[in-house]
Amino acid sequence: MSAKSQRVLPGFGLALGYTLVYLSLLILLPLGGMILKASELGFGQILDIALGERSLAAFRVTFVSSLLAASINAFFGLIVAWILVRYSFPGKRFVDALVDLPFALPTAVAGITLATLYAGNGWLGQYLEPLGVKVAYTPLGIIVALTFITLPFVVRTLQPVIEDIETEVEEAAASLGASRWQTFVKAIFPAIGPALLTGFALAFARALGEFGSVIFIAGNLPLISEIVPLLIISKLEQYDVLGATALAVVMLAISFVLLLVINALQWWAANRHKNSEPLEVAAGKTKAGAA
Amino acid sequence: MSSNKLTRATQEPAWVRYTLLTVGLGFLFFFLGLPLVAVFVEALAQGLPIYLEALKESETRSAIWLTIVIALAVLPFNILFGVAAAWAIAKFEFKGKSLLITLIDLPFAVSPVVAGLIFILMFGSQGYFGGLLAAKDVKIIFAVPGMILATLFITFPFIARELIPLMQSQGKDEEEAAISLGASGWQMFWRVTLPNIKWGLLYGVILSNARAMGEFGAVSVVSGHIRGETNTLPLHVEILYNEYNAIGAFAAASVLALLALVTLVAKTIVEWRMKAETDMLNAELPGEKTS
Repeated sequence: MSAKSQRVLPGFGLALGYTLVYLSLLILLPLGGMILKASELGFGQILDIALGERSLAAFRVTFVSSLLAASINAFFGLIVAWILVRYSFPGKRFVDALVDLPFALPTAVAGITLATLYAGNGWLGQYLEPLGVKVAYTPLGIIVALTFITLPFVVRTLQPVIEDIETEVEEAAASLGASRWQTFVKAIFPAIGPALLTGFALAFARALGEFGSVIFIAGNLPLISEIVPLLIISKLEQYDVLGATALAVVMLAISFVLLLVINALQWWAANRHKNSEPLEVAAGKTKAGAA
Repeated sequence: MSSNKLTRATQEPAWVRYTLLTVGLGFLFFFLGLPLVAVFVEALAQGLPIYLEALKESETRSAIWLTIVIALAVLPFNILFGVAAAWAIAKFEFKGKSLLITLIDLPFAVSPVVAGLIFILMFGSQGYFGGLLAAKDVKIIFAVPGMILATLFITFPFIARELIPLMQSQGKDEEEAAISLGASGWQMFWRVTLPNIKWGLLYGVILSNARAMGEFGAVSVVSGHIRGETNTLPLHVEILYNEYNAIGAFAAASVLALLALVTLVAKTIVEWRMKAETDMLNAELPGEKTS
């Protein structure tokens, strides 16, 4: 409708043109080149490579440990986000800033540090190993590394949503006779559910591709503690470029699907929030009426 | 009694509050606090002189230098792309905009190892342009240009993602006013747009810089690990660690951990500045103040 008034501002053609050219050259062309390379193999052969014993085991290790790490972070991330928004305690601002450490700390540093902490003579390993819990150089180590790397996602996705919950909703629930637990389950949890799921999916997606932190603590035994990104690299080092490409294309397809799922979740979270507005307005009125 | 009932349902009982605080802060202590402290303790395990000696080693120094060179090399590309993409997306309407936003996010979803592999398939000796590059005697893979490309890929979304929502929320009234008062496109950009987005831009630069300096997986695939030539600091950490040179590895890691702390502090300061400016703007519009 207002195509003319939109174009009052200059630079649209230049900005969009540059964006598209740069995006195509740096991202789309190389990714397309990889898909083209994989098409030399054909779909059947890609599946054969991906479903080979060693690859299948690597996919299983990668998926299971990413799922567990994302679940750990969903549980503890909800608690951390909750205490950061709702409670006050000394050093809160410091703790809040520290949550982003895994985004800022290079993954290799995280890897060697966690491996050292959980090794048999490490600060934590020396207490865990007598209990029969071996973390470093086992699949458990992969979960620990992935939990560290993906820690900020759930907290950071939940924080703004918890901040936005109107206390009127909780007060309304309370005035209708709900206990705190009922209020949480029936009023708060549905409001933060989509964001919690988004944070979980973001953490899971990041964990699937993670490499740097895991290789130091995993032990990297084929079939047991070898992750897919490492298998891609070992295939490359054996000059099996096609094999590496086949695994990489499968990884790419999975991450693309996850990206779409995350977009859908975010859209859901945003729209759900809009839909809940009438309730909040109603709750506000209840409060005004009571006062 | 009614207010008593309200607190009961809007606030957790004290024992729940203390349990949540203990669990949440305990989780952060074991997963964030302890690793952060351990980096420096391990680096200084044999005293300050030996720590400083490890940092003086020539290969560590050249790794630090290369890390800085790569970070500086990607910065102008990322700023230019981020501003151009945000300008086109935030200020104009066009078809396929949400697809474009999804594509900009794509590098976040791609495993770093895959990000490295795609450039090997393009420019490696077996790659699409491998023959051409060999004929011209240009080295991209296992050389610094390939490491810059991989870093560009990995850091691609950061600045655009910060700027798009910021510029959308600012609207285009101010820019349109500048144009209608006779300003040229560049005058409008330098005097109106840039001052408005400077904190958001700086925020994006801080985040993308931290990632550029800390990237391990993508750079590792294309670097070839030539000591003193294609070793960044994170790659050097790996080499030293695998040689059982714990002091050297943690000394190099401590430099990166310091960088992460500087990043967190800078990020927090910029967040406060951005919040202060938003609050100031809101205060100037008393009619729209809600509380």
